[in-house]
Amino acid sequence: MSRVSLVLNGKSVSSDVEDRTLLVSFIRDVRGLTGTHVGCDTSQCGACVVHVDGKAVKSCTMLAAQADGSEVVTLEGIGSADSLHPVQAAFREHHGLQCGFCTPGMIMSAVDMINRHGAGNLDEATIRDELEGNICRCTGYHNIVKAIKAASDQMAGMAQAAE
Amino acid sequence: MAIEGIGARALRKEDKRFITGKGRYTDDMVLPGMGHAAFVRSPHAHAKVTGIDASAALAMPGVDAVLTGDQLVGDGIGNLICGWMIHSKDGTPMKMGGWRALEPEVVRHVGQAVAVVVADTAAQARDAADAVVVDYEELAAVVDPVAALEPGAPQVHPEAEGNLIYDWEIGDSAAVDAAFAGAAHVTKMEIRNNRLVPNPMEPRAALASYDDAEEHHTLYTTSQNPHVARLVLSAFYNVAPEHKLRVIAPDVGGGFGSKIYIYPEEMVCLWASKRVGRPVKWVSDRTEAFLTDAHGRDHVSEAELALDADNKIVGLRVKTIANLGAYMSLFSSAVPTYLYATLLSGQYNIPAIHANVKTVYTNTTAVDAYRGAGRPEATYLLERIMETAAREVGLSPADFRRKNFVREFPHQTPVIMCYDAGDYDATLDAALSAADYAGFAARKAEAASRGKLRGIGLSCYIEACGIAPSAAVGSLGAGVGLWESAEVRVNPVGTVEVLTGSHSHGQGHETTFAQLICERFGLDSDAVSIVHGDTDKVQFGMGTYGSRSGAVGMSAIVKALDKVEDKAKKIAAHLMEASEGDIQIEGGELKVAGTDKKLSFTEVALAAYTAHNLPEGMEPGLKEGAFYDPSNFTFPAGTYVCEVEIDPETGKTEIVSFVAADDFGKVINPMIVEGQVHGGLVQGIGQALLENAAYDENGQLLTASYMDYTMPRADDVPSFSLSTHETLCPGNPLGMKGCGEAGAIGSPPAVINAITDAIGSNDLTMPATPEKVWHLCQSQLKQAAE
Repeated sequence: MSRVSLVLNGKSVSSDVEDRTLLVSFIRDVRGLTGTHVGCDTSQCGACVVHVDGKAVKSCTMLAAQADGSEVVTLEGIGSADSLHPVQAAFREHHGLQCGFCTPGMIMSAVDMINRHGAGNLDEATIRDELEGNICRCTGYHNIVKAIKAASDQMAGMAQAAE
Repeated sequence: MAIEGIGARALRKEDKRFITGKGRYTDDMVLPGMGHAAFVRSPHAHAKVTGIDASAALAMPGVDAVLTGDQLVGDGIGNLICGWMIHSKDGTPMKMGGWRALEPEVVRHVGQAVAVVVADTAAQARDAADAVVVDYEELAAVVDPVAALEPGAPQVHPEAEGNLIYDWEIGDSAAVDAAFAGAAHVTKMEIRNNRLVPNPMEPRAALASYDDAEEHHTLYTTSQNPHVARLVLSAFYNVAPEHKLRVIAPDVGGGFGSKIYIYPEEMVCLWASKRVGRPVKWVSDRTEAFLTDAHGRDHVSEAELALDADNKIVGLRVKTIANLGAYMSLFSSAVPTYLYATLLSGQYNIPAIHANVKTVYTNTTAVDAYRGAGRPEATYLLERIMETAAREVGLSPADFRRKNFVREFPHQTPVIMCYDAGDYDATLDAALSAADYAGFAARKAEAASRGKLRGIGLSCYIEACGIAPSAAVGSLGAGVGLWESAEVRVNPVGTVEVLTGSHSHGQGHETTFAQLICERFGLDSDAVSIVHGDTDKVQFGMGTYGSRSGAVGMSAIVKALDKVEDKAKKIAAHLMEASEGDIQIEGGELKVAGTDKKLSFTEVALAAYTAHNLPEGMEPGLKEGAFYDPSNFTFPAGTYVCEVEIDPETGKTEIVSFVAADDFGKVINPMIVEGQVHGGLVQGIGQALLENAAYDENGQLLTASYMDYTMPRADDVPSFSLSTHETLCPGNPLGMKGCGEAGAIGSPPAVINAITDAIGSNDLTMPATPEKVWHLCQSQLKQAAE
């Protein structure tokens, strides 16, 4: 057993877990945050993407113990029903989700993508290339790409307005 | 806020929970004292089970039990069933091999469950399952459907001699022979439809519990049709009586057909939870999903199309061998028969059609309905041979199709279907125009100047949705009726709950179904909620598959709304001392036409429940139910145009443009309909370019993870150009046809027609991988040089 202590969505948490516990099981089963999903077990589908110290990580690929001392943000941590993150809002506005199962990973990857490229700097080809690690079976990606582009452009506008 | 009724691009009511991580999927459910199940699965495609030693597993930490097939059979749990009886052309019934949820004697495909472990944690259960020692005596396996019919092939089931399940036919073979005898031209092809794995992103899962005081079971599960699951689990598998079993399908992460069926694992969790005395949860991992979720397609066909001297079609002859895998899944028998061969007339006048279908057992995962189910197989065959015939006789593929279109309705085909309405010219014209078909030659020449091969391909599909009427499908062998139910409950405060027998697992029913109520009563969508997926809440219903939830499910809601409206108007007329015929509903109010008298919907609802002043003899309350059984199938149709560019140096195909023009009848929410088409198109493009379930000759599935099975990703596909043309379906109150499967049905032949057009060779099977395309390009270049 290992004691894993980390900051999860801004809250310090600590639990004793088996050494082999994956970060995604820590989040879902130990901490009860079920917004992060498991779709494939082989780090291919990206439904489990969370942010660890500001970087997008497939949480089925990382041991909870490796995240000890880190700051972890899941879908539940970026916005709420009353105060949506612009990427969450854009997924709804552009019908970028159907069954919702891949959505947590898609949104977390999109936020990371916008952070890395800078808001307003994403074109369709870049978004499609960047989404290579996230599989969606429902939407055919068309509206996911549209949603991410719209969120990126909107966040650029918000940044400009704030200046 | 504006009322979002029929035709509005209403944003989805369900989205907020999904985008904030508040979705409720089966794996998110936790019950007190819950244990976890892990299955012990066969590593062999075909073997006798000669012994199971669970002693080591039972001694491991946290392990409650290791249960086997002998115990399952001993407890009287029934075999899995196929619910659609097909008879061979000689009148004999299909040959169903026994399928037990845990197999005690002979395993018939890799991944078949032989035992289950229940333990405190999922990891302990998995460890213990690995420690169960099963002795097998390997048997020879057969994988290929053609090989399975050859003399001396390994025998999969004792019940099906020579692995033949049925040898079925449809149409008039003498008429077809006569047509071919007089034909001016005959096009012949061998056509394969590759095997696919549905792959909803949420793997299957089950959480079962048993209350011994109440003798009551509850099953949370990933189902497209919880009532059908409950019926089958109780009536056929004897797990629990129907009134003592509650099935809940909460948020379900996609289905595409694969979550229609009642699989061994869900049944075993129910049985095990009672036996072990604690709730039992099982969540499939992705490799288990590849090995046990019902696969789709896997046909080998010979097709011949006969034309007269004017290039009109005079006959079609089809011989198909369909691989149903190791066991007959719930609706598997209907897919290559009534969902396939009945669509072989396509959008065309074909006076004579004959199809012979043989289905076979092999040592592979069971095959059943996957998005489109039979109709993609029919469309692929017909649209490939149409394109090929056009090339052979030197007609433009568009002109050749136009020459043979059905234009008069109703149109009776020679293969059962009677098309009720359509306008195939309209969708063809719209697609050709959007694709700039006329400008293709210039684009091809420009691509050639860059060393690229450009091709364009068409597909004019038709599908049949809303499988019905129940009496008709019953006469064809269906074990169930295919109607739908709805109940509209107006609460005393005037809010509305609609209980539907349909199930939403991505389709957005909570939004589109609510639009009907908003339209009818002028209510805000926040005043409406849609309830589905729980057999304790909702009346019996048939669930969601076959693009039926609009045409059948919403029609049931319309029928119930008619009754509610009628009663509300009677109450309003009584209260306002007006004639019932003068009451109009507008903007959430019931008004007396030509006066300023009005009552809000809330006031009328409240009056119905206080019952202080109702018309003489009227029952209190405002709640009505309806069952809707359609009078016919519906027939969505359309044209897809795919344009590709191929690099002959690498064999890589790029889809540079994809246009879809669909006729779905009445569209309730265009945003959601477009989303359905996008998703279907990518599944069809995936079949054409990327996806294939590959077995080796011993029956090992070589593509059992996303490392090996090529799922379409965002950078494999383009954005799409869509349009819809609306000819209303005369058979249901809203004129709806269904849109869920069209994309997957119509797109594969468009893609392959485009690639074969680009290369100039027709010798291509799906998926058109870069390797296959490269070889074809090279052999074409070599031929040209010689």
